[in-house]
Amino acid sequence: MGGLIELDGVCKSFDGGRSLAVDQVSLGVPEGAFVALVGASGSGKTTTLKTINRLVEPDRGEVRIAGRPAAAEPATALRRRIGYVIQGVGLFPHLTVAENIGITPALLGWPRDRIRARVAELLELVALPEAYAGRAPAALSGGERQRVGVARALAAGPQVLLMDEPFGALDPLTRDALGRACRALHDRLGLTTVMVTHDVQEAVLLADRIVVMKAGRVLADAPPRALLAGASDPDVAALMDTPRRQAERVRALMDEGRAAGG
Amino acid sequence: MDERLSAALRLLPGYLGQHVILSAAALALGALISLPLAVAAARSPRVRWPVLAAASLIQTIPGLALLALFYPLLLAVSGLTRAAFGVGVPALGFLPTLLALTLYSVLPILRNAVAGLTGVDPAILEAADGVGMTRRQRLWRVEAPLALPVVMAGVRTAAVWTIGAATLSTPVGQTSLGNYIFAGLQTENWVFVLFGCAAAAALAMATDQLLALIEAGAARRDRRRVLLGAAGLALGLAAALAPLARSAPERPYVVGAKNFSEQFILASLIGDRLRDRGHAVSRRDGLGSAVVFRALAAGDIDVYVDYSGTLWTNVLGRKDTPPREAMLRELTGELKRRYGVVLLGPLGFENAYALAMKGEEARALGVSSLSDLAAAAPRLTLGADLEFLSRPEWAAIRDAYGLRFHARTSFNPTFMYRALMSGQADVISAFSSDGRIAADGLTVLSDPKGAIPAYDAVVLLSPRRAHDAELRRALEPLIGRIPVGRMREANLMVDRDRDKASPAEAARWLSRAVGLPP
Repeated sequence: MGGLIELDGVCKSFDGGRSLAVDQVSLGVPEGAFVALVGASGSGKTTTLKTINRLVEPDRGEVRIAGRPAAAEPATALRRRIGYVIQGVGLFPHLTVAENIGITPALLGWPRDRIRARVAELLELVALPEAYAGRAPAALSGGERQRVGVARALAAGPQVLLMDEPFGALDPLTRDALGRACRALHDRLGLTTVMVTHDVQEAVLLADRIVVMKAGRVLADAPPRALLAGASDPDVAALMDTPRRQAERVRALMDEGRAAGG
Repeated sequence: MDERLSAALRLLPGYLGQHVILSAAALALGALISLPLAVAAARSPRVRWPVLAAASLIQTIPGLALLALFYPLLLAVSGLTRAAFGVGVPALGFLPTLLALTLYSVLPILRNAVAGLTGVDPAILEAADGVGMTRRQRLWRVEAPLALPVVMAGVRTAAVWTIGAATLSTPVGQTSLGNYIFAGLQTENWVFVLFGCAAAAALAMATDQLLALIEAGAARRDRRRVLLGAAGLALGLAAALAPLARSAPERPYVVGAKNFSEQFILASLIGDRLRDRGHAVSRRDGLGSAVVFRALAAGDIDVYVDYSGTLWTNVLGRKDTPPREAMLRELTGELKRRYGVVLLGPLGFENAYALAMKGEEARALGVSSLSDLAAAAPRLTLGADLEFLSRPEWAAIRDAYGLRFHARTSFNPTFMYRALMSGQADVISAFSSDGRIAADGLTVLSDPKGAIPAYDAVVLLSPRRAHDAELRRALEPLIGRIPVGRMREANLMVDRDRDKASPAEAARWLSRAVGLPP
């Protein structure tokens, strides 16, 4: 094990110990990696993600960031160093786009000018026009709102980016575009990213590594290519079968089309 | 302009100012209490239930009762603080009213604030935690602004309630727009009653509209509306308070009065005499007859007129009925000894409880005394004023003569005479100095067994003013100078249906009619 983010035997129960939402999860995410946590609803993937920025405190086990226990500093200080993109966006409706993006820098006490410059930089980074700065979130489309959400997560220049079903509510085209944009940002900024998704195809296309979870446990943890090639666990094999069959079908169709056209 | 309307307008700056300062203070205090409570209640369901239940319970207490309950409570507190620190707290006037209205304003603000805070989208709260806000930052930067429109709706409800309920503060001695309503009801000055209602309603609507502006501004995140509404409220508050700031710094003589015309006239007469000597005077009108003596003993009022029989039975708790002179002598000594209250002397007339009937009905039934009445009573209806039936005098008459009526009904004194004339009551609890006895041709039933004690009108001074030579000099000329005939005439001027005089006018007439020296 080892890496920038380490989970070591993490357990979490929400019903006083009768059942475990997260059961003995150990993970290591190396610096610069893009890891996707996949699994069905209730598999514990979101809870696992939230132990990293302490939105969920583990009952047992330890989370370490860059070798330091996450519990060693105040949770608020930790969260200001970690970007977090929430399911369903979660923009503050009473603040403008600029105020939303600049919230973590403002909490960190940055001077006003520096925040303004940073907001302009981030709007450009997520490909939104600068004129959006003064708008209310309600005036934006779903995709634009999620771009603002990503910009907000990156505002204070974090090393680590956590994303909880970031593109779940978007139409397929926007979803694809934003996914690729996020991956590009990850590479360009040298981030270490953990993304929760229930869409295996998205995980396969974006992540360097896929962690498959079921009933709070890790079933598999491997690069997409290895998982697609075949998994020993029947659940994992079934999960990976879907994108593979889809891809094969699409390729077959394209080959037919090429044959017919050629 | 109508004489009564211009009189009402002259009183408006003072009444309105008091009403505004009272309502604003109660509302501010209510918000100060309920907002932190709401934060605690929104965070913990274990706090939420008892806090909301307690606030709802308070809201079910009728406004007037809540105000009345604070008087004995503060009196007890005052006794404790006086024993502990040598300083009492005022039990009458601003403080009890403020406390009662504050409690009244809590529920709507609390309930809305809890609804507003618990109604914030959980995803937004998670985002607030996720970006690294502390609990306090989350409250101020996210929860409070998002709950603000709902909270403001609660503040509006509380403001309208508070301004309305503040009109009930008159009986516990706090001046408000309710003074128009209570005085008007007593003297049948309907212009005053309507004026008071309209002024309170206008104040409530104006406040509500300005708060609505702030609410709309908060909901639409439009800072201009919020500022405009706040500026309007500040301006209104300043304008209403301006006349109060100019009032005299000297502590005024506080003249108390119970809630009937004779009391208003005599309080006016006393006030005029003090004012003529260059003193500031404030009035506490319409006090309940049980409240008024304790208010005097506690120093919340300085002077008022009471009746010897009332003091004898209600204050000293005596059941015997000694002759007039003996009663006055003993009363003077006991009030001084027990309460430090000075009985300056009798005014010269008696205002006894008496049972009265319409002249022709009394003749037809052959009733001229309470003994005669006992036989006829089972077929008759007794109309009493609001307190008569719970007073020991009623018990004394009832038991002495074995009176048992077909039915008993309580009225405001003014309506009691109306009820008698219209046949809703056959016998009423009249007052012997009442001008309407002669005017309406009533028969006052004699008391052959002497069951009703003497009721000489006497001037009482508070312990604080016991050695105030100036006050004594102003009031001593009144002692023994007012015959019952003149008092009846003055009372009738106020109580009659036509050519009504105000109590102040009747007081000036009385002063001239009995030839009081200045």
